[in-house]
Amino acid sequence: MEAEANSGSLEDSWAFIQRPGEGCRTVPLAGHVGFDSLPDQLVNKSVSQGFCFNILCVGETGLGKSTLMDTLFNTKFEGEPATHTQPGVQLRSNTYDLQESNVGLKLTIVSTVGFGDQINKEDSYKPIVEFIDAQFEAYLQEELKIRRVLHAYHDSRIHACLYFIAPTGHSLKSLDLVTMKKLDSKVNIIPIIAKSDAISKSELTKFKIKITSELVSNGVQIYQFPTDDESVAEINGTMNAHLPFAVIGSTEELKIGNKMMKARQYPWGTVQVENEAHCDFVKLREMLIRVNMEDLREQTHSRHYELYRRCKLEEMGFQDTDPDSKPFSLQETYEAKRNEFLGELQKKEEEMRQMFVQRVKEKEAELKEAEKELHEKFDRLKKLHQDEKKKLEDKKKSLDDEVNAFKQRKTAAELLQSQSSQAGGSQTLKRDKEKKN
Amino acid sequence: MDPLRQSPSPCSSRPSSPKTPPCEIHGYVGIEDVLDQVKIKAMKMGFEFNIMVVGQSGLGKSTMVSTLFKSKVWKCTLPGLGMPIPQTLQLKSVTHVIEEKGVKLKLTVTDTPGFGDQINNDKCWDPILGYINEQYERYLQEEILITRQRHIPDTRVHCCVYFVPPTGHCLRPLDIELLQRLCRTVNVVPVIARADSLTLEEREAFRRRIQHNLRTHCIEVYPQKCFDEDINDRILNSKIRDRIPFAVVGSDQEYLVNGRCVLGRKTKWGIIEVENMAHCEFLLLRDLLIRSHLQDLKDITHNVHYENYRVCRLNESHVLPRGPCWVNLAPTPPGPPVAPGPSKVCRQAREDSDDDEDDY
Repeated sequence: MEAEANSGSLEDSWAFIQRPGEGCRTVPLAGHVGFDSLPDQLVNKSVSQGFCFNILCVGETGLGKSTLMDTLFNTKFEGEPATHTQPGVQLRSNTYDLQESNVGLKLTIVSTVGFGDQINKEDSYKPIVEFIDAQFEAYLQEELKIRRVLHAYHDSRIHACLYFIAPTGHSLKSLDLVTMKKLDSKVNIIPIIAKSDAISKSELTKFKIKITSELVSNGVQIYQFPTDDESVAEINGTMNAHLPFAVIGSTEELKIGNKMMKARQYPWGTVQVENEAHCDFVKLREMLIRVNMEDLREQTHSRHYELYRRCKLEEMGFQDTDPDSKPFSLQETYEAKRNEFLGELQKKEEEMRQMFVQRVKEKEAELKEAEKELHEKFDRLKKLHQDEKKKLEDKKKSLDDEVNAFKQRKTAAELLQSQSSQAGGSQTLKRDKEKKN
Repeated sequence: MDPLRQSPSPCSSRPSSPKTPPCEIHGYVGIEDVLDQVKIKAMKMGFEFNIMVVGQSGLGKSTMVSTLFKSKVWKCTLPGLGMPIPQTLQLKSVTHVIEEKGVKLKLTVTDTPGFGDQINNDKCWDPILGYINEQYERYLQEEILITRQRHIPDTRVHCCVYFVPPTGHCLRPLDIELLQRLCRTVNVVPVIARADSLTLEEREAFRRRIQHNLRTHCIEVYPQKCFDEDINDRILNSKIRDRIPFAVVGSDQEYLVNGRCVLGRKTKWGIIEVENMAHCEFLLLRDLLIRSHLQDLKDITHNVHYENYRVCRLNESHVLPRGPCWVNLAPTPPGPPVAPGPSKVCRQAREDSDDDEDDY
């Protein structure tokens, strides 16, 4: 029985839904069907699954990374400040469960420890790049598994990297430039000017312009807030012009007017964190959390992760299929590699076996030598023994001869004695008898 | 049947989180705005839904689809009306974009005229299963490309509506055979077609008998019990499971009843209203498929059925070593992946070779 899958219209309607005119027609509805609840269904599913967001804070020790995180999320994350005496750059990662109304967020904050403290900072960027790559690798491994659980996988890829720039007021440090250049193709970088209450307003504008021009001239691609969706295009567009954000972090609350606000108090005045005239903290919070969190996650997955995946797979020797080659080239490549590996294993085994055989032979030869020696020794000893025996026998013989000779002499002497005693023996016998009487 | 295929494994879609300390937020941060972001992105991207209707001809499948989506899904006149019954099973797919309140839905309907109409219906499910597997295959191929698209077009069948003829007795052997095979590959929602030929009591009795048949043959229809995540889901789904299969009537003609314009079927003894719960259970079917469980259908297809297919497919070529039994990787045959024959595994063959492949 033949089966024809008449999927002609299916082929041309594979286009993106964003171009509905292509291939498939839009059909008018005669009534209310009810699938306008689809976004809500999706949102409900997402809520029950929970969200996860991973932030990487890169910056020198003492720039206020932990304080800024506390301020952003209105909570006190645990952790102690790092010292300046770290031998190398390390990354400290902590995961927290935040809950706001019905939305659960699994937040992971990764902080550099000891960044910029060493005397030789050439390799400072390496631990960071390795960490980011390790997260991509873990995700790729999970994706390539045969039995995988992707929807339940705890995504640890870094979604946003906040780069803390020291408020010198002049320009970017070369360490910053080098690090940002290495990171821009791997993660969404959002540069921020830390502790910006140390700079005056006029200096700040000059500083921002200098930083932006340096980034552009060095070809560093920082994250641009998306402007393709009408609802957020406007606000994102204006925010893009304010990059890098000049922020201040503070967890202390002071009474200003008749409200409690987060602020820093100086003898010459009080800096309010949430005052847009004082610093760009509110802008950062808007952009990072309230407007673009989903976009950051999507960019990480569809751009940075895909790039990593492509490079990694090409490195491993996989290629895409061309239209008329066999399907599943990935499978074939897997198989080919596997067989290659097996072949190598076999070769190695052969080599090992040969080596083993050779060793055995050598050992055998050695043992044979030893055995021969032993035999010789044994022969020698035996000969010695025999000689000894012979000697002893000779001695014994001579001894016997002597004994015999002695015996003979003894008998001869006794005979003589008995003869002489017989002759004078009767005299002695008489004498003895007389004595008795 | 298929030793490599396993029944859908119960897996919760909630991420298995390592134990993390909960943190108290003092004050408003704005995390819940992410829901709006998700909504905006989803609406911009649009949604896709693929539904397949399976059943003998004359059961009103095409009418049902038109009634469900309130549009003329089929361009030409409904197949089957006045046209000869096709000699072989043909699968016909048609895709439309429908929009409602800013939500764009790309709907693909696959019909199966000619199913079960032959005298000898042996293996008539093969083309259907072949089609379903072909969609999984397409998605898998897209997914394993090195340079892959941002959004892989999803043509996998999310839901298969199976039309049971209203005999009033119980499931026929053909139904049971097909349902057993289908339920392992795709979400199946059985419905009693043309329910206007059964009285309410007959419907109930028929329904109970069908449920009993399904239980006896271990056929898990949607919503599957093993995927209930929490108590709310279980309560909601138990209510649905109690009423499956729904007794439905389809129609795309409108009549005036009590001053209202309703969809219905006009007979000499009255007008059967499609959207009247007292007459038939069409509303339940529509709510299940569209208003409440559409996303869930897609999720289960993606997380369970597609993953099962992927495991089978990747395992196939993984298990066979290069040796006397080396099989060329031909395109998938129309049907479920065949279990590999007796493979003489050489002494040197190892299982875990590549460091990027993990065989559990």
